[in-house]
Amino acid sequence: MTGGFIEPIFGRYVHVEIEGEINRIYFEENGTGIPLVCLHTAGSDARQWRHLLVDEEFTRNYRIIAFDMPWHGKSNPPDSRYGSEYRLTTASYTATIRAFCKALGLDRPVVMGCSIGGRIVLNLAIEHARDFRALIGLEAADFQQPWYDTTWLNRPDVHGGEVCAALVSGLIAPDGPEAARNETLWGYKQGGPGVFKGDLYFYRVDGDLRGRTGGIDVNQCPLYLLTGEYDFSCTPEDTLRTAAGIPGAKATVMERLGHFPMSENPDQFRRYIAPVLQDVIDKQKL
Amino acid sequence: MTTERGGGSSDAPIPHSPDAVIAAFEAIPALLARDATLTARGRWLDVDCLLGPSTQPFHITIRAGQIVDMTRAPVLMRSWRFAYRATPAALAAYWQSRPPAGWHDLLALTKRGEATLEGEIHPFMTHLQYFKGLLALPRRTGLGGAS
Repeated sequence: MTGGFIEPIFGRYVHVEIEGEINRIYFEENGTGIPLVCLHTAGSDARQWRHLLVDEEFTRNYRIIAFDMPWHGKSNPPDSRYGSEYRLTTASYTATIRAFCKALGLDRPVVMGCSIGGRIVLNLAIEHARDFRALIGLEAADFQQPWYDTTWLNRPDVHGGEVCAALVSGLIAPDGPEAARNETLWGYKQGGPGVFKGDLYFYRVDGDLRGRTGGIDVNQCPLYLLTGEYDFSCTPEDTLRTAAGIPGAKATVMERLGHFPMSENPDQFRRYIAPVLQDVIDKQKL
Repeated sequence: MTTERGGGSSDAPIPHSPDAVIAAFEAIPALLARDATLTARGRWLDVDCLLGPSTQPFHITIRAGQIVDMTRAPVLMRSWRFAYRATPAALAAYWQSRPPAGWHDLLALTKRGEATLEGEIHPFMTHLQYFKGLLALPRRTGLGGAS
């Protein structure tokens, strides 16, 4: 092993107007071809996608882009919002993704999101299918049963980073690479106060899509749903139930993976996402 | 909808003997004493709690992350701040080196109704990773075929 290797990923900031205010959004990208926008999980940031971003095969056909949502990673809160409680909503999340794609001038990108990113992908399929070439939801469902009280995530007598990471640690499959597990949890230990909790407002309260996904037309925009067998938050059953109500949606249960497939075990995830990305390419040729 | 799903884990717990589960739980203090990293994770923790198989829980006294006393319940008029109790079947599954999906985490077990978390849970939440590690220690002893 020698030092000096520089990864082909490069990161920049783009100024994006979201709900009337300019947000300075950090994004990383690599590759050329079909734009593929990747959405991180609640309470973390776009570093979760770093393995996909350096995949030599995928980046030959895709311009892979991963951005930090406002309040996450290197995207600060908008100037006017410091000191206020952060709450992600279906409307604000949808607006953020669309504004980011517009700011970069992306032509009908593919969007792949995980967890809250998977949920919002369903909303994009409901409301904006024509704007996207394909949509991929990881650990996605129209709804799932809560399994803890989110008030524990942001209170002064509990270390936010420690409790956020400890809670989600159980969502990682047990026998993945130790370094990848630790890196996945590190993202949770670094989140700003109340940000994970604010993301879960969308997940738990505002973003219940039950009764709305039946109108998704996969002929306008193909929809792929993939969920790890060890995800007990968005369970395989949650995803299969959601997919069963969407004619033409493709659902896959991923073995030996949990709630963070792209970061907790990148090699195992690759086995499942490679055929999906190839299918998207094949559909472009029809 | 088209669906793909491979083989993978069973949703059923593994075969076990309730007595073996209790015996495995009783080995936790000795396992913790040999784990300096986990003990250090709990260095700020002092708590009296009730943990273990639902059929035979234990009063456990933790001081600075170390178990200084563990006594089978019930103990007359002994109080505890919080209790985490799981069915023997749940613990046997949780202690596998590769637990079946849905049986692999303390809160997965509470979600599926195989464990209960009760009482004043502040010390549990401030030291959640510690308690996950503590209650997973019998994975090292090979219960139920674990390696």
